[in-house]
Amino acid sequence: MSEFFNMGGYAAYIWPAYGISALVLIGLIWQSLASYRHATREVAGLEEGTPVYSQKRPGSSDADPGSPQKTGP
Amino acid sequence: MFKINLEHANPKRFMDFSAKLLPWVWVLAAGLMATGLYMALFVAPPDYQQGETVRMMFIHVPAASMAQMVYMFMALASAIALIMKHPLADMAAKAAAPIGAAFTLLALITGSLWGKPMWGTWWVWDARLTSVLVLFFLYIGYMALWEAMEEPVKAAKAAAVLCLVGVVNIPVIKFSVEWWNTLHQPTSLVKIDGPSIHSSMLWPLAVMAAAYGLFFAALLILRMRTEILKRRVRSLQLSRARSASPEAHA
Repeated sequence: MSEFFNMGGYAAYIWPAYGISALVLIGLIWQSLASYRHATREVAGLEEGTPVYSQKRPGSSDADPGSPQKTGP
Repeated sequence: MFKINLEHANPKRFMDFSAKLLPWVWVLAAGLMATGLYMALFVAPPDYQQGETVRMMFIHVPAASMAQMVYMFMALASAIALIMKHPLADMAAKAAAPIGAAFTLLALITGSLWGKPMWGTWWVWDARLTSVLVLFFLYIGYMALWEAMEEPVKAAKAAAVLCLVGVVNIPVIKFSVEWWNTLHQPTSLVKIDGPSIHSSMLWPLAVMAAAYGLFFAALLILRMRTEILKRRVRSLQLSRARSASPEAHA
C-alpha cells in the first residue's frame, strides 16, 4: 500500500498532477452547474412577470386575450 | 453530432433534446473516468525506462489531445457561425472555450510535472511546449474578446475570426515534434504502421481519452444550455424595457 503511495519515488510529481487534474475538472463542473442554476433562476424570475397578454399594444387584437401563454425556452 | 443535425438547430429543440441526452453523457463520462483511473493507477505496469512516472501519460496525453480537439471544434463552429449564420454555432464555440482552456492548462501543468523527473527541467522553449502555450493564450484571448465587446452579435463575429486565425497553430502543435528538434518525444500513437505503444498501456490511455472526451461533451451541453437561458434573460429584459417605456410616456 505504501509502495503505491510512494510511486517508485515519484510521488511528489504524480500525486500533485492527478490532484490538480481532479481539482480543475471538478471546479469546471461546479462553475458550469452554478452558472446554469443562476441562469435558470433568472429566467424563471423574469418569465413569471411577463405573461403574453400584458404586452398587448393598443389597436392590435389577440385571438384569446384572456389566457396567459408561456413562451418557454 | 447534434449540432450538425439541423433538426435540433433551434434553441428550443436543443433544450428539449439536450435535457434527455445530458444525464446519459454524465453517466458514461463518470463510468469511463472511474474505469480509466483504476486502469491507469492499478492495471498499467510501470515502464522499464520511466518507472511509475509513465502514469503521467494517462492524464497528460488526454488533456493535450482534448485541448487541440476542442479548439478544432471551436474553429468548425466559428466557420459555421460566420458562413451559415447557424443560431447555435457561435454559442457552441463560446461554451467550449473554457473547457478547452482548462484542458490546455492541465496539459501544461502535468507536462511540467512529468518533465522535471524525466528531462530534469520544468520548462523548455521547444516547439511543442511553446505552441501549446500559444494555444492557451488563444483560448484566453478568445474568452476575453467575448467579454470585452458589449454587443453580443459583434462579439460573436470577432471571436469567430480570432478562433479561425489561430487555427493555424494546431498543425504546428501536431507536427512540431517532426519539423523541429524538440525535447518533447515524437508521436507514438498516430503512425502509419499503427501505435508503437504496448497494449497494457494503450488500453488505459484509450479509456482515459474517451473519458475526457465524454467529459467535454457533458460540459459543452450544460454550458450551451446556460448560454441559451442567458440569451432568453437578455431578450426578456429587453422586451420588458420596451414595454415599460410606452407606458411611461402614456
